[in-house]
Amino acid sequence: MKISMMINNDIRQLEVDINEYLVDTLRNAGLLSVRRGCDTTSCGVCTVLLDGKPVPSCSVLTVTANNHSVTTIEGIQEEADKLSDFFGHEGADQCGFCNPALALTVYALKHELTNPTAAEIKHYLAGNLCRCTGYVAQERAICKYLGVES
Amino acid sequence: MKVVNVVHPSVDGKGLMMGRPGYTDDFSERDSLIVMVIRSPHAFARIKKIATDKAKALPGVELVLTHHDFPRKPFSRAGQGYPEPSPHDKFVLDEYVRYIGDEVCCVAAKTKSICEQAIDLIDVEYEVLEPILDFEQAIGNKNVIHPEPEIHEMFPIGFDPKKNIAASYSMEVGDIEAELKKCDVVIDNHFYTQAQAHVMLEPHAVNCRIDYQNRLVIYSSTQTPFHIRRIISQALDIPMAKIRVIKPRVGGGFGGKQAIHGEMFTSYVTWKTKKPSKMVFSRKEVFESTYTRHPMRIRMRLGATNDGTLKAIDCQVLSDTGAYGEHALTVFMVTGSKVLPLYNKVEAVRFTGQVAYTNHTPAGAFRGYGAIQGNFALESSIDMLATKLAMDPVALRQKNMMLEGETSPIFAIMGEGTAGTAMTMDSCKLDYCLKRGLELVDWKHKYPRYDETDTSVKAVGMAIAMQGSGIPYIDMGAATIKLNDNGFYNLLVGATEIGQGSDTVLAQIAAEELMTDLKNVIIYSSDTDLTPFDVGAYASSTTYVSGNAVLRAAKKLKTQMIEAAASFLETEPGLVEFDGVTFKTKNNNKELTLEDFSNKITYNDNQEQLQATSSYVGHKSPPPFMAGLVDIEIDKETGEFHVLDYVSVVDCGTTINPKLAQGQVEGAIVQGLGMAMYENVYVSSKGKLVTSDLLNYKVPTRKEITKLTTEFADSYEDSGPFGAKSVGEVGIDTPPAAIANAVFNALEVRIKSLPVTPEKIYEVLRDRRMDK
Repeated sequence: MKISMMINNDIRQLEVDINEYLVDTLRNAGLLSVRRGCDTTSCGVCTVLLDGKPVPSCSVLTVTANNHSVTTIEGIQEEADKLSDFFGHEGADQCGFCNPALALTVYALKHELTNPTAAEIKHYLAGNLCRCTGYVAQERAICKYLGVES
Repeated sequence: MKVVNVVHPSVDGKGLMMGRPGYTDDFSERDSLIVMVIRSPHAFARIKKIATDKAKALPGVELVLTHHDFPRKPFSRAGQGYPEPSPHDKFVLDEYVRYIGDEVCCVAAKTKSICEQAIDLIDVEYEVLEPILDFEQAIGNKNVIHPEPEIHEMFPIGFDPKKNIAASYSMEVGDIEAELKKCDVVIDNHFYTQAQAHVMLEPHAVNCRIDYQNRLVIYSSTQTPFHIRRIISQALDIPMAKIRVIKPRVGGGFGGKQAIHGEMFTSYVTWKTKKPSKMVFSRKEVFESTYTRHPMRIRMRLGATNDGTLKAIDCQVLSDTGAYGEHALTVFMVTGSKVLPLYNKVEAVRFTGQVAYTNHTPAGAFRGYGAIQGNFALESSIDMLATKLAMDPVALRQKNMMLEGETSPIFAIMGEGTAGTAMTMDSCKLDYCLKRGLELVDWKHKYPRYDETDTSVKAVGMAIAMQGSGIPYIDMGAATIKLNDNGFYNLLVGATEIGQGSDTVLAQIAAEELMTDLKNVIIYSSDTDLTPFDVGAYASSTTYVSGNAVLRAAKKLKTQMIEAAASFLETEPGLVEFDGVTFKTKNNNKELTLEDFSNKITYNDNQEQLQATSSYVGHKSPPPFMAGLVDIEIDKETGEFHVLDYVSVVDCGTTINPKLAQGQVEGAIVQGLGMAMYENVYVSSKGKLVTSDLLNYKVPTRKEITKLTTEFADSYEDSGPFGAKSVGEVGIDTPPAAIANAVFNALEVRIKSLPVTPEKIYEVLRDRRMDK
């Protein structure tokens, strides 16, 4: 079926299958930063923002995003650029596969929580798994980026 | 040192966070055939009949492949040096299926949904056979998992498939039984370690195409691109010169991608049809049909005199390799070779055991590679021995452990399926690591337990560990550096970046030697057409082996540059000084900037491409060492506990990039805590994997990890690049024993099987209460 979606502030008309998941629609539309990690809404790798809120795109049927707005990392390049500097200096980058999804979640957190504590940040990001870093370097970087004491 | 031992952001971190395409599936062609595999629903069965006609007739289906389509040619999927120390016991497709998830039939079709329809149209008739699901019952069992006559070992590895033995080995220094008899105290315990899943966040992926030279190009999410080229050529009879393997960015490996899993199918499909094809594993396929860590039963006997002198270590291992023997021998041997030398002053040491075939998902390489299993048994035993001797477990270790300048006879005896390499510990700061770790965790005030209330208690526990740095005389890495006009360099390495930061670290080594900024060294890695050879990312080898190759290449290029500059400056090379930016003469006060030099030699005068290639193969494998100390809080009634802090003090020689080294240690600690506390591949009584998704298989989330304290010893390994040893694996080894020891220190409950769960602790506490 035909749907209309605002992807990164760009209105797109797309022909999609009724049982298609948003992760596949976005990848087919050339947004390769959106990735599948687990199929069970467990790992957070496929996170995109749907109307500004982080959602697992592997479990969102594309048709339900009809007439809604989707943001991927391609849509917040400036923020990703800034955040990545903090990651770089803390040595928080490893395989990078989950990083766009994590950066999107941090972006959503920044807009949703005012003056978050380190514990609130941890809680907000709990759905973003990482098997490489052991998390603490990521959290040091994110706290510094948000100006929060870790 | 200006570029090494300095924190630099990863060379690729920013681009990847900004979402630039980089991973295998990002490079698949849009019209790729989708390749899917029908997998066995039975733990052990013979395929009586596969009816594929209906599927083949379905529009959009390109190929349906069964075992009839492949020659009877056994191979090993293990990405190891050649000839492999793993048995050649796998066929691309076989008449027999040996675990739930084993490959039955392969379908290639235009879309995923046509593939799925085709799979529904394929009828497979099985003769169900009795599986072996208990690895302690496998050896000598009347059911033989590999009865086929074609399978073989490449050289003696103790392979005896008629008895379900994939590999076996035995060695003894001194007379173990006589020595144990002489000891005042002997402890004898059996330990069990479980299968663990790697859970790298990028599932296995591969795609193939035929290029304009009619060659097969394979993009693969792999740790071993050069081994893939060789294995695919051998398994599918495609000339090696016709194959190019490109490893793009890899979303984590941990050993799970040190093998081929989908490559043989997409390669065959594309080679046959000349059409691009791709395969992206579902998470279920990753869990069910790739690799796990080898489960083991380890009997550990320690003997000591009353004064705490360790006299004898006897380690008897039974390992479960699952349906195929990939990495069977070598993982099992590391359980001895990279564990037992920790206590090198014993009079006798024995290591012996077997690796059994079962009808489980095959086990394979996994960070730690046998050492984590052995470390759990040995370091738990050391604490148990200390208890029996009424001695402080730290003092017992300090009295008996490896020190700088010492050696162990094990190094010369145990190698990778062959004899090992004798070496002394030219750099070993284990004594410092332990001492500093005790300070950081505040052992003095906390051991054995502290802050006890009616319901809970806090406690500390510790373990020490070692690993290796590459496989001496076997694993080779190579690097090419070329100078470009405008004075910047390309660094081409076969070494395989899989997220561990090797591209950054290797570029730092080159930049340091060439005395230039990191931004002037452009690294490209792992493309079998474009980069020189490297065995790949495994055995903690990249910084040490590949790093040495980079250092040598940089030195060679620098010599060439100085020679050419001397000619431009009309003097002798010995009279030219180069500081990375300018060539200056000592005799005639002339100078030439690198930029001018590079432009001149490229465009104007005696034009020549300056480049150098060097390789390195280790003559030893200097072990990194560490002390791991954990601080836990535990519920005295339920046994539920959590980690308050994990202290790691590591001797990995020079940290080329201190933050990336810290990331390797901390990531490994958390993966090791997962293994120590809850990760467990669970198989039903029928052999069906229960933990086949991330809802049922739990890895640590950030909520479980509150504090990690990580420091490095000041250490310098003369044979390493700028003093470096490896750091990729050693971090995973200590958590199982440290946790088990902390639980004992808290409640005097000794858990000898992993994971150390509250249930196991509770059962002991309950029995104890009932006895009262």
